[in-house]
Amino acid sequence: MQPHDLQPEQFSSYPPEARRLVVSHLETFRELPLVFIPGLLREIIDYDFKFPAERTAIESELALLSALTRPQRELRFRAFEQLTISPKLEQFDWINQPAQFTEQLSAHLWTTHQLDAFRAAATEYGSRLQSEMPLQPLAVRRLGIAVIGQGVMSYDNQLFKNLRAHGTSFNQIKPERGLDLLLEGVASRSQAYPVPYGHWYVDGGVESSHSPRLTCVSYKSLEPLRASLLRNVSAEIQKPGMGPEELRTHLARITPSDLGMSPSGDAVLDRFQLKILTEGSGTQIFSTTFAQWTAREVLRRAQPLSLLVRFAPRQRQRPMNELLSNTKGESEVDLIGSLIDADMASYYHWINQQRLSGYGQSAFLAWFEGHGEAIVVAPTLPRGTTSSSALDLGQLLSLAIS
Amino acid sequence: MRATAGLALGAALGSSSPFVRSEAARKKRKTIVVTFGGGARDQETFAPEGQENIPHLIGELAPQSSFFTHVTNHGILGHYVATASLTTGVYETLNNFSAVPPEHPTVFEYFRKDLKRPASDTWVVAPSNGFNRIGESDSRSFGPGMGAAVILPKHLLSATAHGPTTDLEHLLRDNYETPLYTPELGGSEFEVQQLESILRLSVEDFMAHARTLSSPDELSVYIAKRLMQQEAPSLLWITMHDIDIAHSGAYSLYIEGIRRTDRLCAELWKAVQTEPEYVGNTTMFILPDFGRDSDYEPGGNGFQHHRTGDAASRTTWMMALGAGVRQGVVFDEPMQSVDLVPTLGAMLGFSPGEAQGKPIKEFL
Repeated sequence: MQPHDLQPEQFSSYPPEARRLVVSHLETFRELPLVFIPGLLREIIDYDFKFPAERTAIESELALLSALTRPQRELRFRAFEQLTISPKLEQFDWINQPAQFTEQLSAHLWTTHQLDAFRAAATEYGSRLQSEMPLQPLAVRRLGIAVIGQGVMSYDNQLFKNLRAHGTSFNQIKPERGLDLLLEGVASRSQAYPVPYGHWYVDGGVESSHSPRLTCVSYKSLEPLRASLLRNVSAEIQKPGMGPEELRTHLARITPSDLGMSPSGDAVLDRFQLKILTEGSGTQIFSTTFAQWTAREVLRRAQPLSLLVRFAPRQRQRPMNELLSNTKGESEVDLIGSLIDADMASYYHWINQQRLSGYGQSAFLAWFEGHGEAIVVAPTLPRGTTSSSALDLGQLLSLAIS
Repeated sequence: MRATAGLALGAALGSSSPFVRSEAARKKRKTIVVTFGGGARDQETFAPEGQENIPHLIGELAPQSSFFTHVTNHGILGHYVATASLTTGVYETLNNFSAVPPEHPTVFEYFRKDLKRPASDTWVVAPSNGFNRIGESDSRSFGPGMGAAVILPKHLLSATAHGPTTDLEHLLRDNYETPLYTPELGGSEFEVQQLESILRLSVEDFMAHARTLSSPDELSVYIAKRLMQQEAPSLLWITMHDIDIAHSGAYSLYIEGIRRTDRLCAELWKAVQTEPEYVGNTTMFILPDFGRDSDYEPGGNGFQHHRTGDAASRTTWMMALGAGVRQGVVFDEPMQSVDLVPTLGAMLGFSPGEAQGKPIKEFL
């Protein structure tokens, strides 16, 4: 199947809104290179289950592509056109299985030593697109909060090493009611700036009491789904011919109902949670990985105004077979290891936040839960300095976003 | 990275060959290659902020070594295919997740054919996920049985551990690259025979020692040291893999893997100094097969994977120490990971005709 042969009826299995979107831009799709289209379709096929920010981004991209003249389009996609793909890939059902196509395309590009060329083409395309996308002013500066070290009594090594150069460290923070104060702060923002999926609370353990205005995802609440997924995977890998790549394909096709997931009334959030478990590596077994990856995906996809992530102790490392079968439960935890994981994850939280619009004004706060150590990265605070101000977490948050 | 303590710039050195080239000396020469794996970034190893994770490499081995700061892997960044590429000197394109042999001749085949060495003179100790075919290519230039014998310590353990293995399961961790996919480990009669006839270990002694170890790589090093004692191979290749736990996303476990591998490298070097067959005539190479994704690469997730092909995932380092190696020298000139086999060929006197890389001139 070549792009110029695309017909509306070939998208009949797409969800309704995704189908409408593709069909209304079919002329544009017919002009794009095959190596590029499945990557876009991979996003569009889930359009009905996307967050508002993602929908806006897809619509804007299609509008920009449709507005290009033919010479402009040829120039923009020249690097993609120069890549060669195999006849097998050309014949693949990339319309209905765009994610599987891109997996196979990736393997093909690695094998034929074209990955670097593809990477350069994609980076150039992405940068150009970003510069042309209409920027909507944010209602309020973005805020990220990472709460790390739950349950750790003491830790002698320095925390927030990677963040220190970018912000102000605090060593006399009053930890009392810290988490509550932070959650209240995020709740206030959600009330003042009510944006769908705009304010999140991610917990790597059991979620704390929080405002219903916050979109909440927690490791504990997904326990039945994780168990169901691990059972599903265990059954799949026993099947003849099953390998890592086949398993990935299987995981990409799983739907919430396949795992007996009870509909929450929010199909978008249900799909998001499922993808955290089916697409994230290690999210099924380590709560710290779950929290880190969820934060990354919330930022990349929902582009929230506020995101509070609280890390909880993960289980100790055990043989992978045992972790997956989960026969011994998750009783034994690794407190210090979890703190180190979360410390790095808080750095990644900040990096991912800085990839979003308004990064120059965004604020980030990380706190060692139950202790006096914290760091704030904000345009209003000096970098690479330490403060001994005795603030509670509410005051520190106010300082971060003032 | 370039600030490695106690090292001087290579450019300041003379150009005479550091290697003794007499035939007698060549026959006694031993070479050990250790892949510091799987996949470690500069920032957690030799970069200034990472040096706390490798106290043995920095404090003990680096001052004795020639250190190459800029090794690039332009091939596929999967551990089996990358390690296969290291052994052939060609960027192999085999399926990383299949137990297939490399397409091009391996260093073991070149070594044995050109130097007329017996099978017992080359060994590979490797993790079990697919690496069982790494000792020998399917090249028609070399017949079957011309490669290296491969020991898979986890298979060995699995084969010998009849009954419950609860206290050994930590040594059977496998396949970090796709954590959800965990194939069953299989053992065979052949592997039990390896234990008894080659390593000269009773099952009881092996099991008793295994119970004192904490990771698969510790088991690999134990087996490697046993091979050095019993077979004294001239070309020994050890593939470490504990570090690849990074794929689970737990940074602390990744760092723990690096620290363990650092310790195990020092332990191997110590064994070289104490084994009569090896002391004074052994050259050891230590290098990661590649790096991992950068923290700032939007397509990746930092240390967790090596999927983007960015500079951090493709660029790594190599340390060479021992016989014929200039001590305390740093070379910043770029080299490729496929240069290792031609370098070994130049050092040991075989011709890796199909290798794509070129010998590192500092060893000529």
